[in-house]
Amino acid sequence: MSNVLIYVEAENNSAKKTSLEAVSYGATVAQMLGGKAIALATAALAADKTEELAKYGADKVLHAAQNPSQSEEIAQLIVAAAHQENVTVILAAKSIVVDLALPMVGAKLQASVATNITELPELSNGFVVRRSAYSGKAITKVELSGKIKVLSIKKNASELREYHKPLLLEPFSVEITPSKISVKEVKKQTGEVLLSEADIVVSAGRGLKGPENWGMIEELAKVLGAATACSKPVSDMNWRPHHEHVGQTGIKISPNLYIAIGISGAIQHLAGVNASKVIVVINKDPEAPFFKAADYGIVGDAFEVVPKLTQALKAVL
Amino acid sequence: MKILVCISHVPDTNAKIPFKNGQPDLSGISFVIAPYDDFALARAVELRDQTKGKLTVLNVGLSDTEPTIRKALAIGADEAIRVHATPHDAFYVASQIAAIASRENYDMILMGRESSDFNGGQVHGMVAAMLGLPCVVPCMKLDLYGRVAVMHRETEGGKEVVEVEMPFIAGCQEPIAEWKIPNMRGIMSAKTKPLKVVEPIDVPKYTHIVQYEMPPQRGTVKMIDKDNVAELVRLLRQEAKVI
Repeated sequence: MSNVLIYVEAENNSAKKTSLEAVSYGATVAQMLGGKAIALATAALAADKTEELAKYGADKVLHAAQNPSQSEEIAQLIVAAAHQENVTVILAAKSIVVDLALPMVGAKLQASVATNITELPELSNGFVVRRSAYSGKAITKVELSGKIKVLSIKKNASELREYHKPLLLEPFSVEITPSKISVKEVKKQTGEVLLSEADIVVSAGRGLKGPENWGMIEELAKVLGAATACSKPVSDMNWRPHHEHVGQTGIKISPNLYIAIGISGAIQHLAGVNASKVIVVINKDPEAPFFKAADYGIVGDAFEVVPKLTQALKAVL
Repeated sequence: MKILVCISHVPDTNAKIPFKNGQPDLSGISFVIAPYDDFALARAVELRDQTKGKLTVLNVGLSDTEPTIRKALAIGADEAIRVHATPHDAFYVASQIAAIASRENYDMILMGRESSDFNGGQVHGMVAAMLGLPCVVPCMKLDLYGRVAVMHRETEGGKEVVEVEMPFIAGCQEPIAEWKIPNMRGIMSAKTKPLKVVEPIDVPKYTHIVQYEMPPQRGTVKMIDKDNVAELVRLLRQEAKVI
């Protein structure tokens, strides 16, 4: 039996959208392997929201009594569930906490681990996944030969597919040794779209001339229901917080639509955004290298084009 | 205070990677300390100076990585260990690090949040699981108060202040410290600092790169006049179907 375990992260009592994508992905892999898709959720997911996991493909939902927050605690939960359910594939949507938990799971289970997976695996010749290397400058096909495979899935790795399976909910409990890390303070932007979850990202660079000019970027993002991001120089100069910085040394994103405003498109910036489905570049310099990596481009001054674009979108959205 | 910094030897991030016979051709490319590891090293040098401790750098690689290791010594590490092996994958490298660390009892093990070649971001978590140590990633600030470290950890949409007692592992990123450029004295002294070469332990291999591909190319960019943004909106809705 080749069961697939999907670890689900929740926010505000509901499963994160990227986690639902992971459930769909896991259900498809389970189908390919002839096994079951088992979702593992913590107490952070409200009981009345577990049905969503069945809708997107979970044959069974393990609903843990605990709500672990540290990666090493989550790893213990995943390992216990993996043993109980006899799984051969363990996966989760990429996030900061998951990115650390999964390698821990991999080390404990002597598993094959592959992170940042962008597509379904190929099973014709072993278990083969594709992932980018050299910060997007190459793609590698990697065979996972371990008995257990552990995968982190990037946003948009597969379609969010509705399976509408009946909900089979099972309580799950395990002794978790608490982490030695103690959290003293949490600073979190609230009420904004999370960058890693966003379908649309509006990003701006030095072309904006100063942090006081971000109002029009935020307005454009609001009309689109988008998250805001920035280039490295902008976060280096403290115009915007570091967690908004996308690029080689920042967050790597793969939204449906990435709009880059006043960003020239250095190779290190492209490394963080070239997995986006569609890229729009607005820059007053017609020679900006970013145009070569874009789908749509406008040569023009951000201060002129962005308000017009916001107005044009308001008219139709 | 014993500090271990693990460094990867990676192609310069500014380099374009050419392909030859279906493989990336790295022959003409200069190699560097992976950028995130460089941040970890910079902070480790400061903490070593502050605590008058000892800073060891560790690399898993063949002899071609020695210039990169010497650079870390020039930046300020006191000694280096090279595990003489091809760094096959994260599990292989983590197993080598754990084997050495379990003998040496380092107070902290620092490295970058991920390497810039395979971008796996797995090694710190694996070493932590192998040694049963707490692990903070991505660590953006690290200060010591006796045996307690206070760190800033990035979260989705924000950050946390966390505390942990030694020993611990951290996967570092900016702005934990400014990259350090070796000075002439550092470069000279690096030549005589100890660089120990050790044989690897046997580790099973669970992942295998079977093929490289060029990344998919985007089609030609469609340019839209700046006075016709409505056309961009139309294309995004009807052609790209993303809004």
